[in-house]
Amino acid sequence: MSAPRTFPSATTAFFGGIRSAATSVFFPVIGGTYIGIGALAHDFGFSSWWLALSSILVWAAPAQVILISALGAGSALFEAALAVSLSAIRLLPMVIALLPLIRRPDTRLRDLLLPTHFTSVSMWVESLRLLPTQSREYRIAFCNGLSVGFLTAATSCGFVGYYLAAGLPPLLAGALLFLTPMSFLMSTARNAQMLVDRLALVFGLLLGPTLSLLDVGLDIMWTGVVGGTVAYAVHRLREAAE
Amino acid sequence: MTTLELSPYLVLILVGFLPNEIWRALGLVVARGLNEDSEIVVWSRAVATAILAAVIAKLILFPSGTLDNIPLAVRVGAAVCGFAAFVCIKRSVFAGVLVGEAALLFGGFFFGR
Repeated sequence: MSAPRTFPSATTAFFGGIRSAATSVFFPVIGGTYIGIGALAHDFGFSSWWLALSSILVWAAPAQVILISALGAGSALFEAALAVSLSAIRLLPMVIALLPLIRRPDTRLRDLLLPTHFTSVSMWVESLRLLPTQSREYRIAFCNGLSVGFLTAATSCGFVGYYLAAGLPPLLAGALLFLTPMSFLMSTARNAQMLVDRLALVFGLLLGPTLSLLDVGLDIMWTGVVGGTVAYAVHRLREAAE
Repeated sequence: MTTLELSPYLVLILVGFLPNEIWRALGLVVARGLNEDSEIVVWSRAVATAILAAVIAKLILFPSGTLDNIPLAVRVGAAVCGFAAFVCIKRSVFAGVLVGEAALLFGGFFFGR
């Protein structure tokens, strides 16, 4: 699973990223998830090309499930847009945590546009795990290769699920949509080596549904700000005590 | 499908792409000039992890799509089984996902609607 420490060129780093994607646990998970999303898109009457374009442009499984089920159920456009946007808030701190890891002093802004757009849970988790052992020079190319690998799995399996939909029993379709929370949960737990990350994970799991049940508006955002800040404060206090 | 009569592709841009992408774009702006050891990056990682945890919990407890045909107790039980397998089997994400999915299919088969 571990990637080589240094790549001789950007091209080899890009293909190294694709190889890391293909051997990652996220590869089959993304495949299964997008078979589920493909079936969902079919059932709600979208076209398969619309789904493929949504995978490329949105590139976030929870947002796509929300988008498809909200639009398909006839929700107001503004309501659907708001639900998508709330589910996507996580992308902001993820990009902030990722970019300093791949940027060099001479990196141009336009070279960061692609990794920024590609930032998603699978790419973020694998980048944070694999990048620290690599030299900084070709990290952007590696991230792009990783993302292209994942995105290829997503779009092609989206088509498979779309044309499989009619023959997919509801229980199996549900099980495919269960892949997203399960893989997110365990890969985040695996990556949480430091106390601050572990606390943030536990606080988020408890606080998220609680705030949602209490009908607090923007529950996901508040969970992140409160849960993440408390976890960070505990970490700082412990550091100060040592 | 009244909302889609406009044009499904225009709706995809306005309702799917833009509301989602705005957070990535904002991250690109905020991350300028930060290095990986700065405290705001550590804090951002904690916030991202907590938000992700909230999304995970909500996808399991209040799902949209076909997953809500499977009872809540089965979904939670399957998640617990999967996580237990993950912890016991050398922290393997693959093993955890596999056991969780098997538990969900098993429970859904016997207790599903």
